[in-house]
Amino acid sequence: MLLFWPVVIPFFTAVLTLLAWRSPEIQRGLSLMGAFALLASALAIFSHTLNYGPVAAQAGGWDAPFGITMVADALSATMVLLVGVVATAVILFSFSDVTREEEHFGYHPLTHALLAGLGGAFLTGDIFNMYVWFEVMLIASFGLLVIGGQPNQIAGAIKYVGLNLIATVAFIAGVGLLYGTAGTVNMSDLHNVLNGREGDSVVTASAAFLLFAFASKAALFPLFFWLPASYHTPSFSTSAMFSALVTKVGVYALFRVFSLVYDIEGSILEPILLWGAVLTMAFGVFGALSQSSVRRVLGYTIIGSIGMMILGFAVGSRLAVAAGVFYLFQDVLVKAALFLSAGATARLTGSELFARSGGVWRSRPFFAVVLLIPALSLAGVPPLSGFWPKLMLVQATLEQGSWFLAFATLATGFFMLFAVARVWSAVIWSAHPDGDRAITRTLDGPTWAPLVSLTLLVIFIGLNAGNFVDLTLTIADQIIDPTAYLTAVLGEPK
Amino acid sequence: MEIMLAVLAGFLVSAGAYLMMSGKTLPYLFGLTMISNAANIIIFCAGRLTFGAPPLIPEGEKYIEGAANALPQALVLTAIVIGFGLLVFALTLAYRSWFVLGTVEMDDMHESEPGTEVIS
Repeated sequence: MLLFWPVVIPFFTAVLTLLAWRSPEIQRGLSLMGAFALLASALAIFSHTLNYGPVAAQAGGWDAPFGITMVADALSATMVLLVGVVATAVILFSFSDVTREEEHFGYHPLTHALLAGLGGAFLTGDIFNMYVWFEVMLIASFGLLVIGGQPNQIAGAIKYVGLNLIATVAFIAGVGLLYGTAGTVNMSDLHNVLNGREGDSVVTASAAFLLFAFASKAALFPLFFWLPASYHTPSFSTSAMFSALVTKVGVYALFRVFSLVYDIEGSILEPILLWGAVLTMAFGVFGALSQSSVRRVLGYTIIGSIGMMILGFAVGSRLAVAAGVFYLFQDVLVKAALFLSAGATARLTGSELFARSGGVWRSRPFFAVVLLIPALSLAGVPPLSGFWPKLMLVQATLEQGSWFLAFATLATGFFMLFAVARVWSAVIWSAHPDGDRAITRTLDGPTWAPLVSLTLLVIFIGLNAGNFVDLTLTIADQIIDPTAYLTAVLGEPK
Repeated sequence: MEIMLAVLAGFLVSAGAYLMMSGKTLPYLFGLTMISNAANIIIFCAGRLTFGAPPLIPEGEKYIEGAANALPQALVLTAIVIGFGLLVFALTLAYRSWFVLGTVEMDDMHESEPGTEVIS
């Protein structure tokens, strides 16, 4: 039953906030309570999974593979925990970020519908059900993206909606082909049925459809154009939610489906994934260098980071997969922290364009330090959280004797640092165009609390890297050999 | 029957892709609808196509021969319903974008990415 809470709680909260439509204060209270309840249930699942290994629950008591299965292994449980953390931080931040008008048009219900979709997508053990959760998430994200109705939001949404709808169709076509050849949509059952049928043309075709779908959702090269066109247009809270979690669902789905359902080792898809990842890294960091507004730069750094995660998975050794997973986990927190600090900075300086902001260091030095920590983590400066997965990835690629991939990883890290330094010097270091007295506003509690907590988490992960390396190595073992996952869903093999 | 539907799906995809490449919002959505219907046909075919054989298992039996699998039909139903919802949103967005941005050409929508206008 525990496994259904991360879906039930957000849906319930969405309904309650809808009922409290007329009172923004009650809506906010309910919304925050819902986020805390989600966080609590995620913590319960996480500790249970850590202590007892993967667990599964069958909806309606229909045994797998006939019913819909919810499964939590260490990877899913950690992702759900991160959803809880980011949801709480973002909803708190939204109290002083999202306008009354946006709240009136349903910011809180839509956010919780998005969270329900995320929870479902991370926990489901059924590929058709995963499609449904993707749609829940997608329609909620469409709503959140256009909620202010500004021209740039509409123009960004056209691109976001256009590409995501194609990905949706590819997803459902892939699932259809898969069911046609395997006769099941339960991912654990699929693992057994497809075992030994790697070269089958229908299997490969369905894998290609799903790869296209997940790659579009994750903004992998060459399917990333929608991301920098849309992620900077809504409120900062929504931007943070999208960049921390929504693109990561695509990465999670890739990790899950292409380890559990398909065995891509040696197939035609393996080099596509590998080179797609390298090109994603390159386009991400070079795109970041070419932009001149804060969230546009950050949007491109999402793409660069996604490339690193996929590279770890595509290289495929135990250490490399662990590096990809580690990168995935810490990037959720780093991106949330960065987009929220971009929001706070824009509120101080009045703009997020490089040319129209500056002077934060002179007038708000403590805030600048809080902001610096996730930024340096993104760039991979030790001992912060972003350094360790990069180190693991370089080590893993060198173990495989691939100097080029190690070089690509290091170069991406270097250019990431360069991109962060550009933002830093334009927004924090340089003088404000209207003089430093232009910064008169102060930041309130709902802005500080999420920023400081996320920053402390980033430092905590960096300093406790040993524990997190162990956790991600365990997850890598589970990804490479899913026996425990299969046993949790289907029972002991006969 | 499968061959006919396969040809139909191929036709829908090619016509849909042609429409989508026009670069205008509304034809893009019509094309997308065609392609999503092609996907629905693919799932529909995945469960075998049979004439006059209801998928009712006689009492005492475990399964039946020669009847279509009913599950893909349920999956198609889900996909159609979801597709309707997404299409309604996308149509509203297309209308709204024409209203706010004053164009249906997707290449002319630069409001979210200033600096990408093609100078002619």
